[in-house]
Amino acid sequence: MSEAPAAGPFVAPPLLRLRGITKRFGDLVANDGIDLDLARGEILALLGENGAGKTTLMSILFGHYVADAGAIEVAGDDGLLRPLPPASSRAALDAGIGMVHQHFTLAQNHSVLDNVTLGTERLWAWRQDRAAARAKLRRLIETTGLDVPLETSCGELSIGEQQRVELLKALYRDARVLILDEPTAVLTPQQAERLFVTLRGLAENGLGIIFISHKLDEVMALCRRIAVLRHGRKVLEVEAADTDEARLAHAMVDRPVELPKAQPRPRGEPVLDLDAVHVAAGHGIEGLDDLNLTVHAGEILGIAGVSGNGQRSLAGLVAGTLQPAAGTMRLLGEPWPAGGPKVLVQAGVGRIPEDRHRQGVVGDMTVWENLMLEGYDAPICRRFGLLKLEHFRRKAAALAEQFDIRCGDIGAPTRLLSGGNMQKLILARVLERNPRLILAAQPTRGLDIGAVAAVHQHLLDARQRGAAILLISEDLDELLALGDRVRVLYRGRLGPSHRRAEIELARLGLEMAGQNPDLPTSAHAA
Amino acid sequence: MLGIGAPIGAAILALAICAIPLALAGADVGRAYQLMLTGSMGSRFAVTETLSRAAPLILTGLAAAIAFRARLWNIGAEGQLYMGALAAVAVGTGAVPVPSFLLLPLVLVAGALAGGLWMLGPTWLRVKLGVDEVVTTLLLNFVVLLFVGMMLEGPLQDPMSLGWPQSAPMLADATLPKLVERTRLHFGLVIALAAAVVTWLVIQRTAFGFELRATGANPEAAAFAGMPETRVMLKVGLFSGAMAGLAGVGEVAGLKGYLTQDLSPGYGYAGIVVATLAQLGPLAVIAAAVFVAGVFVGADSMSRAIGVSSYIANLIVATALLTMLLAGLVTRYRISR
Repeated sequence: MSEAPAAGPFVAPPLLRLRGITKRFGDLVANDGIDLDLARGEILALLGENGAGKTTLMSILFGHYVADAGAIEVAGDDGLLRPLPPASSRAALDAGIGMVHQHFTLAQNHSVLDNVTLGTERLWAWRQDRAAARAKLRRLIETTGLDVPLETSCGELSIGEQQRVELLKALYRDARVLILDEPTAVLTPQQAERLFVTLRGLAENGLGIIFISHKLDEVMALCRRIAVLRHGRKVLEVEAADTDEARLAHAMVDRPVELPKAQPRPRGEPVLDLDAVHVAAGHGIEGLDDLNLTVHAGEILGIAGVSGNGQRSLAGLVAGTLQPAAGTMRLLGEPWPAGGPKVLVQAGVGRIPEDRHRQGVVGDMTVWENLMLEGYDAPICRRFGLLKLEHFRRKAAALAEQFDIRCGDIGAPTRLLSGGNMQKLILARVLERNPRLILAAQPTRGLDIGAVAAVHQHLLDARQRGAAILLISEDLDELLALGDRVRVLYRGRLGPSHRRAEIELARLGLEMAGQNPDLPTSAHAA
Repeated sequence: MLGIGAPIGAAILALAICAIPLALAGADVGRAYQLMLTGSMGSRFAVTETLSRAAPLILTGLAAAIAFRARLWNIGAEGQLYMGALAAVAVGTGAVPVPSFLLLPLVLVAGALAGGLWMLGPTWLRVKLGVDEVVTTLLLNFVVLLFVGMMLEGPLQDPMSLGWPQSAPMLADATLPKLVERTRLHFGLVIALAAAVVTWLVIQRTAFGFELRATGANPEAAAFAGMPETRVMLKVGLFSGAMAGLAGVGEVAGLKGYLTQDLSPGYGYAGIVVATLAQLGPLAVIAAAVFVAGVFVGADSMSRAIGVSSYIANLIVATALLTMLLAGLVTRYRISR
């Protein structure tokens, strides 16, 4: 049990060793004989598209799944590798494996201290030694620089702070191996940079870190070694110094993918007009404050910002699921059609919802049924009160062909579709009606790069045809690639409009964090 | 959907489990089940008995199936059944002067409407105020039983009944014809079968059924697509209650001929088992109802022969519900693991 790690000249003692991990779900091989080593003080990137098997692998490591084959060994206090019992999160925690999930697992109404210590107290003890816990946590904060107020309840913390709490949770349990699942998805560029500084510090102190991502630039900037997964197999393992983004991208997708670029096009008349629109915050609704925006025909207006700053309400207004408390909305110069989503769809509004699974499709219904979700009640679709199912199936088959929805059979349940194909289904349903206005809320969130390219191409084609598109996204690359103009939404207020050619990334990042030197109104947030 | 294996497996498992109390009761298990089998389908008479019991179970099974499809948990089919029966008696005993050929259709419509309207209240409360319909529909069952008792000792009491709480007999024109002479099998079975086909058509082939399925499977996506959730749920409630009401009409107008307080031996509740075994499929409800009816009829016959209480039927049916729910649970567990 004491040979040097397999890859590279790295000589630090090994912390974690995976050998031949294989996991099947029915016919799907999610992990196929994966070997992976992690050494002390190393940051290893696990790179791959959605569905490549990253999450499955980490779930096996963490005891949520049981591997069909393969072995996991973790170093103990004495530095010797020992097998990790399968199917036990407790065993993983005890062995010093800490995980920070993409979606935080914090009790919102409990304090930071409570959240960190939750699960570490002995259940039958008469009283908990909170002073010792607090002291330990304070030492941890001092040594790592993960600064958070201990007594504040987690619900009041910013996203960046909540992520620090998640890191502290893992470190408090004396983690030796830290796994981070897409940690930068919810951060502004500046916050991500700060996270990287922290992670480098932790690695210098001997922690081994696995950084799961699909963003190449981050991986290149942060990690020493990079493992690429594709279709459940490890297809590449290299030192970051020995490779470049293009080669990594090629290893990830095994086909050259070029994201489409917007062609210049004169913009037309205003299609969507919001004038002094106000939405009151509360009951899970994000507030909007004195919102003014216009989207013109043949134009994509990008709305940047970290989720939770009013994006959901803005999308709700345009989708017809939310009414403004004050202000006026206009569609093509006419008053906004009243009567909810159905009327809007008929008036030429296409809506791509933020949450595909919850709002976009009915997972238990078939692909063809989901394709008719907004058009099932047109009079021509009925005979003697019965729906003309053949008509729908024919149309659905044509759409599936046209939009390249890979579903095997249009009678398959939609929940079996991959995220990309599900999004293509929604695009097909929306674009088939040739809408004048398109709401695209986080249209590529969680999609692999091939699907992203398809979604972008469809949106650009719609723009070329003269549709007005309101694109709400957290992905700055996406906004820069598609948006004719980009504005930042922060705490319910919209920042100034930036034309694509004039955008500075740093400037957008500052606005996303609420620091806008040009706008005196930002002072009100303080 | 778990396919056809799950309900069959659940039924067999339930019979196996119930062998234990049968053996404890001192019966020869093999002989007991053989007697149940012959008692439920071993003769022409046994088959007609089973089918005449299946008729109300099909209807209450449909009531549960269509409601559960929309995630409307109607536990009140028993009460809706009695409301249907009450309306049938109110119209069909001569109180309403209509041409004789119109009387039977009127009885059917009145019964369905009474059951449907009775379900409308809890549905409305659920959609508009978020009141849990499991509680309201369940408790309304007891309200209905008391109300039926009040009517049977009051305005609807048969003057010739010598003080028994029972209604006047249905007029001949308000009675469902027999399907097989000298048996209890009546036209209610045809109505139940037709109702199953209609329910299937409604769920699978109409715009309303489409909305129902979408709203039931994912209310948020249905609302996002612009489906009128309130209207859909109210229609579902009306439809579901109407099915249970029709079951009550069949029992009064086809089988008993008059209304008493013990009209239904729990058909409303058994309908939930039927719908669950049928995995909420309207056509599968027919098969599931025949199975449950067979268990009841067979157990009656078996208990007469070897003296084991016929409560064993309730036990078998209840166990089948549990094993079926377990089958669903296990399948889902296997998929997620």
